[in-house]
Amino acid sequence: MAELKLPKGEKSVKLFLSGNEAIARGGYEYGATFAAAYPGTPSTEILENLTSYEEIYAEWSTNEKVALEVGLGASLAGSRVIVAMKHVGVNVAADPLFTAAYTGVNGGFLLVSADDPTMHSSQNEQDNRNVAPFAKIPMLEPSDSQEAKDLVGQGFEISEKFDTPVLIRITTRIAHGKGLVHCQERQQPPELDYKKDAAKYCMLPAFARQRRLVIEERTARLQEFSENFPYNKIEWGSKDVGIITSGISYQYAKEVFGDSASYLKLTLTWPLPEKMIREFAAKVNKIYVIEELDPYLETQIRALGVEVIGKDVIPNMFELSAEILRERILGQKLPEQELDVPIPPRPPVLCAGCPHRPVFYILKKMKVPVMGDIGCYGLAVPPPLEAVDTTVCMGASITMAHGFQKASSWLGTNKKAVGVIGDSTFFHSGMTGLADLVFNKGASAVLVLDNRTTAMTGHQPHPGSGITAKGEPTQEIKIEDVVRSMGVEDVAVVDAYDLDGAEKAIRHALDFDGPSVVIFRRACALLKGLPKLPPLQIDQEKCTKCHICLSTGCPALVHHPDKSVTIDTDACTGCTVCAQVCPFDAIVEVGGEVLG
Amino acid sequence: MLLLKLGVRFLAKVTNVLLVGVGGQGTLLAARILSGVLQQGGYDVKMSEVHGMSQRGGSVVTFVRYGDRIYSPLVEKGTADLILSFEKMEALRWLPYLKPGGTVVVNDFALLPAPVLMGKAEYPYNALEILKEQAETLIVLDAAKVAMEEAGNIRTQNVALLGALASHMDIDTEIWQQVIRESVPPKTVEANLKAFAAGGQQH
Repeated sequence: MAELKLPKGEKSVKLFLSGNEAIARGGYEYGATFAAAYPGTPSTEILENLTSYEEIYAEWSTNEKVALEVGLGASLAGSRVIVAMKHVGVNVAADPLFTAAYTGVNGGFLLVSADDPTMHSSQNEQDNRNVAPFAKIPMLEPSDSQEAKDLVGQGFEISEKFDTPVLIRITTRIAHGKGLVHCQERQQPPELDYKKDAAKYCMLPAFARQRRLVIEERTARLQEFSENFPYNKIEWGSKDVGIITSGISYQYAKEVFGDSASYLKLTLTWPLPEKMIREFAAKVNKIYVIEELDPYLETQIRALGVEVIGKDVIPNMFELSAEILRERILGQKLPEQELDVPIPPRPPVLCAGCPHRPVFYILKKMKVPVMGDIGCYGLAVPPPLEAVDTTVCMGASITMAHGFQKASSWLGTNKKAVGVIGDSTFFHSGMTGLADLVFNKGASAVLVLDNRTTAMTGHQPHPGSGITAKGEPTQEIKIEDVVRSMGVEDVAVVDAYDLDGAEKAIRHALDFDGPSVVIFRRACALLKGLPKLPPLQIDQEKCTKCHICLSTGCPALVHHPDKSVTIDTDACTGCTVCAQVCPFDAIVEVGGEVLG
Repeated sequence: MLLLKLGVRFLAKVTNVLLVGVGGQGTLLAARILSGVLQQGGYDVKMSEVHGMSQRGGSVVTFVRYGDRIYSPLVEKGTADLILSFEKMEALRWLPYLKPGGTVVVNDFALLPAPVLMGKAEYPYNALEILKEQAETLIVLDAAKVAMEEAGNIRTQNVALLGALASHMDIDTEIWQQVIRESVPPKTVEANLKAFAAGGQQH
């Protein structure tokens, strides 16, 4: 992250930045003093990089709704604010967002939504461009890292000038794609005093109705503004084909059509510059709207009475690419090598030593419905663990287990259900669900996998970590204290590596007639600075090749063509879970026999 | 300080490189060094990768494209000039991206994927022979051996592989050395420079 600092004495420097790094850099250059986010791929690195600037307060908030509200408060206090989240996080933050559109802001307020077409690391593929007209806030779409940085500055100005939150919408290829960016010194942010103004900030019905009118008037002014916004621009080439596009789709279009087409590249994509679109349309013979996911531009452009070709040829799902455009529009396919060798898939797996593994190994044996959550434990869905029944959204484990158990009881089928949730996810949106379960006399077992970090997104701290985003020590909230204070009487804290102890605790929780919580505490095996445990090996004399150890799915266990199994001692973390499941005591510490 | 061979710079419009391997193998640092070198070389560069789930032992790819002006950050199938693979089977998986006449640099190293570890699928142990038939130029490097024997540090494998890649790119060695110096931990600079040099000579 040090690379984001300008060398001493330099006025400008070209840095190779991802879109996320560029947005953080933009925050620095254009005077942001405040940032809040909840981690989520592909948005995480925005806040991670913002924490490296001492001029900017930055926090990991407990969830996206909290981040947006914290950011709104900071804006009222006069800060320029960046709030960042993945696309589904915007659903969580939608409540304050839709009313922040009414209150407006004081310091410039940017919400960055990082969408994930193709769902590289997400549970759904929503096109958050639709949020802009829905919430009635202006939207900017960068097409590369340079624009990602520039639009932070433009966004702050639009936000302050039009008194509105601004949505910056990026996608995975912008967020994680790197390119060269001209970077400059930090500009001083404007000094903005807080003024009490109930008619603006208290959205009681009478005031809200007045602000509703303000939004319409603001949108009309923004529409005018978008006609002359320099980042909405026309690039003339051949006038046979006109292409209207935005964001990453612009790059794919340029890659394929080069100068053989003219482009209307839209950057302020709500509200759209209608005059500009009509004028462009009038000068070209045929128009393609090239956009990823929904026909967002297409629907609005068609509503202007402009005839275009769009989703009739371009898919409305998954990532777009130059290849798809070449094939669908030009009917061209580049020659590619064909192989008839079967290549085994290489799916991601729970790491060697992952403390989630023993819990799911036990749950699989129990054949109880397991309501899962969002995190690394998604990797317990595929074989060999196959231990999870549902994965929907952050927090849905506890609540779905409660609903399932209640309905089963109501219907007389009397099935118990287990909710499995991570520590960061518990603080994100598990607590309200647990309160519901206690309040409504639920009897589900809730298993909290406390691996001391937000693991899947790369180890961000959370309220239970005892450390802030800026690396300062802070109060550590203990999950068992939270759970007990909510009135759960049956609470156990268990070491996840203790297979017998874990199984007993789960069986007890399932038998218990009332809310029961088991906290499995063991740090993520990838966390730095953990004590090293001795690796294990398999005593081939004792091994019967029964392969029970393989059913744990640990990637340190190697199955050979002769059916024998060995342990990759470089990968093994010494968690001993495989040794505990081995019925023949064939798995021992490396050198263990010698040491006795 | 433009140490590039100018002829190449103006002839080659866009060059496409794939760095492929397994999450956790260090493809990322290699891609960063490569991009840094290309930036120093005065090119427009774009690099694209996906973080998240794939880090947990999954198949990973980083696209690097460079030239006078780069638009798409993604490499299209059948257009890669170079594929640098940190693992044998991954080279096969990404082979459809190689353009006719393209070069494959592959680490002579097998990392078994979960279905093979569990005995549910077979590893293509003849990967190198298949690659030999399919790629016009194939460079095989035992990066672990080079890292241990020539550089004395097993963690220099990715830089050894970059050495092999560099021998098929027209960029001055001094630029590579400078970027490696700036990118690796200070204590390992000498070992990495040795690995880079040895990687370039081992074939």
